[in-house]
Amino acid sequence: MLASRIRAQRAYRGSFALDFLGSLLVGLTEFAEVWVVFHNVDVLGGLDFHAILLLFGLSNLAFSLADMVVGHVDTLPTYVRAGTLDAFYLRPQPVLAQLMTSELQLRRLARTGVAVVSLVAGLAYNDISWGLDTVLLLVVAIGCGAAIFAGLFVCAASLQFFLINGAEFTNAFTYGGSYAASQPTSIFPGPLKLVFGYLVPVAFTAYLPTLAILDLPGPAGLPGWLAWCTPLAALWVWAVALTMWRWGTRHYQGGGG
Amino acid sequence: MRSGLQTYGRLFVAGYRRQATYRLAMVAGLCTNVVFGFIRAAILFAAIDSAGGTLAGYTAGSISAYVWLSQGLIGAIQLNGLAEIGDRVRTGDVAIDFTRPLDIQTWHLAEDLGRAAYTFLPRGLPSVLVGALTFGLVMPTTVLPYALGLISIAIGVAISFYCRYAVNICGFWLLDTRGVRTLYMVASTFLAGLYVPVALFPSWLHTLAYATPFPSILQTPVDVISGKTVGLEAVALVAMQLGWLAATCLLGRALTNAGRRKLVVQGG
Amino acid sequence: MSGPIIDISDLTRTFTVRRKASTGRRRTTIAAVDQMTFAVQPGKAVGYIGANAEGKSTTIKMLCGILVPTSGSVRTCGLEPVRQRRDLARRIGVVFGQRSQLWWDLPLRESFALLASIHQLDPTRASARTSELVDLLEMADTLDTPVRQLSLGQRMRAEIAAALLHSPELLILDEPTIGLDVLAKARLREFLIQERARHGTTLLLTTHDMGDVERLCDRILVVDRGRLAYDGTLPGLARTVGARRVLVVDLAAPCAALTGVPNTTHLSSAADGLRQHLAFDAERTTAAQVLAGIATEAEVRDLYIEEPDIEDVVRRIYQAQR
Repeated sequence: MLASRIRAQRAYRGSFALDFLGSLLVGLTEFAEVWVVFHNVDVLGGLDFHAILLLFGLSNLAFSLADMVVGHVDTLPTYVRAGTLDAFYLRPQPVLAQLMTSELQLRRLARTGVAVVSLVAGLAYNDISWGLDTVLLLVVAIGCGAAIFAGLFVCAASLQFFLINGAEFTNAFTYGGSYAASQPTSIFPGPLKLVFGYLVPVAFTAYLPTLAILDLPGPAGLPGWLAWCTPLAALWVWAVALTMWRWGTRHYQGGGG
Repeated sequence: MRSGLQTYGRLFVAGYRRQATYRLAMVAGLCTNVVFGFIRAAILFAAIDSAGGTLAGYTAGSISAYVWLSQGLIGAIQLNGLAEIGDRVRTGDVAIDFTRPLDIQTWHLAEDLGRAAYTFLPRGLPSVLVGALTFGLVMPTTVLPYALGLISIAIGVAISFYCRYAVNICGFWLLDTRGVRTLYMVASTFLAGLYVPVALFPSWLHTLAYATPFPSILQTPVDVISGKTVGLEAVALVAMQLGWLAATCLLGRALTNAGRRKLVVQGG
Repeated sequence: MSGPIIDISDLTRTFTVRRKASTGRRRTTIAAVDQMTFAVQPGKAVGYIGANAEGKSTTIKMLCGILVPTSGSVRTCGLEPVRQRRDLARRIGVVFGQRSQLWWDLPLRESFALLASIHQLDPTRASARTSELVDLLEMADTLDTPVRQLSLGQRMRAEIAAALLHSPELLILDEPTIGLDVLAKARLREFLIQERARHGTTLLLTTHDMGDVERLCDRILVVDRGRLAYDGTLPGLARTVGARRVLVVDLAAPCAALTGVPNTTHLSSAADGLRQHLAFDAERTTAAQVLAGIATEAEVRDLYIEEPDIEDVVRRIYQAQR
């Protein structure tokens, strides 16, 4: 199923190139924002530019991996409105799994590319004491970070079962979450720190791992060693996501002729 | 001529009322504006803090004003490159537009201005209010910045429309304008000063930005109404806006005429 | 106004089509309209028919000033369509079957009000005219509904009203009855006939539906591959082409082939003679007479009539031309 999707994408070579360029530009522009800020100041939220490279790389890599694999779930509202979601129910695979694999978005590789470059630069330029724990932390951070974002996507998609034109509501939290994840969580005022640290725990995708890798202490309430708890954050997000998904599908099957 | 203006006036009202049927989208938009506003304000506050209190002429209060005003205006200026004319060219419905005794570009402008006007109450003002209540912001105490600012906003919205019109009219040549529109969205959003104020740009990027109409869409209106630029400097900026207004309008008209000659009709 | 309301001379419009053939890309030029010449006098009703990819819409677009001709000349209402588009727009009304000229999300009455303003109609006359049209087209109960919620039939009536609001001299309808049910079509046709009788509006109608043509037009132009293949009356067309209507009867009991019914040709029998197809020439007899003829030989349980199909007619014309 996946292989045929990839082939189908490559067939539209012309528009694929343009799409890819577009995605690349979006990724670069997001980076440019950080870069412009650092053109004016040396430190932001306790992190310098090299540290920010690492932060940006981690968060964007996690996000774009999640986006590539699970991102297509945001087409759920289209299926619901067109009434074609039922077709998924008739197949023997779980609906969620079907939606996820229904289109592999290759063009999002562009943003992954930007993220990887930033990450590698961050790892190179910073003074890191490399050890097994550092590598492990990186792997855990990226993997669980992607899982956290993926879970957020699923939460957002679940809400589409309830809201009519709800896509924009949830975009605020998925794309907003990604935006927040690319910043040092220390810049946020108290309540927001709690929101992005624990409620929609995007701080775990990049900020906390950055602190841990660079051996920096964190602000009050978000110490660096919390980075090792990223898997717990991912579990929390997925628990909520799957619950909401189940509510959503039950609502869809129960109501609406 | 007067009755012509009356017609455009009614089209303005029609645009306003059409947007009014999408109330839920306004609320959703407001949500997004607020969430992103919080994050941007936090970033820029931290930057001002690092810089020791002022940065490129901004203080915490004025940068907060910049953030919340720009978030509030997003709904009106619509930098995402979408314009109804784009859909109409794609589906071929634009043929109908040509059977009306109206200038197509001006007619769509009137409706777009109506649409933008509607966004002020449910999205624009609340965004600024939220900002005022949470982060606090500094706004002018005299009338002139507001008066000039409103004019500047109107011109900014119109420039944005003319730009989007030009981008979408490329649908006469391109079967799929999605690529051009994405490019437009990225460039316009960044250079208009929506991510970071243009004043913070490195000088070469600053020059590049002002060589495009984009800062005139957002940065200028925000600077004028927030009182960051006052007096003659503000008037000069508005004059520049007018220049861009004329330029983008003419570009759209040239493209429309060229498109009519080349009209590749989608759907017979 | 003196002179023809539509005057076309050697009109041509070509398109380049990029096609990915198996041997690589190829650009071909096709002529959607090829040196067409005809004139329509004010007050007449002309049907413009042809099989699908015939460039009917293209001609209309050139008449309205939407498309620029590749060569040849066109004058509508004595004006040059492209150059004098806005003046022309005040004198013609156009309905494109699948395209809407109404404001989608607003109530129908808003669209009428806007159009009245766009055409700069005097407010009293505009509201009188709107009421007249709303009455005749039976749309009073849809005025406050947003256009996107109207059914196809309601929308088509609204489109036609919108096109007639400014009392144009020329009404151009491009596939107006497509997708409508039989009753809706009949009522729309009646309205158009009455409207023309009242106001003397010239009508140019492109359609796939022979019923439209029969009921509404006194002259037919048949287009085949961009060229005018026939220009004359409908009876003339039927005669030229030998087009026939077919009566299909379901009989109460199996019966031998009904070959003896006057003025008909027996085409086929099915299910042991329970269903039979009889073709007859509309010029020489009527369906009622054929039915009467059949009734003398067998009991009819059910029936329907197949009209000559446009593609069939056009094909026959083309063959007749050779």
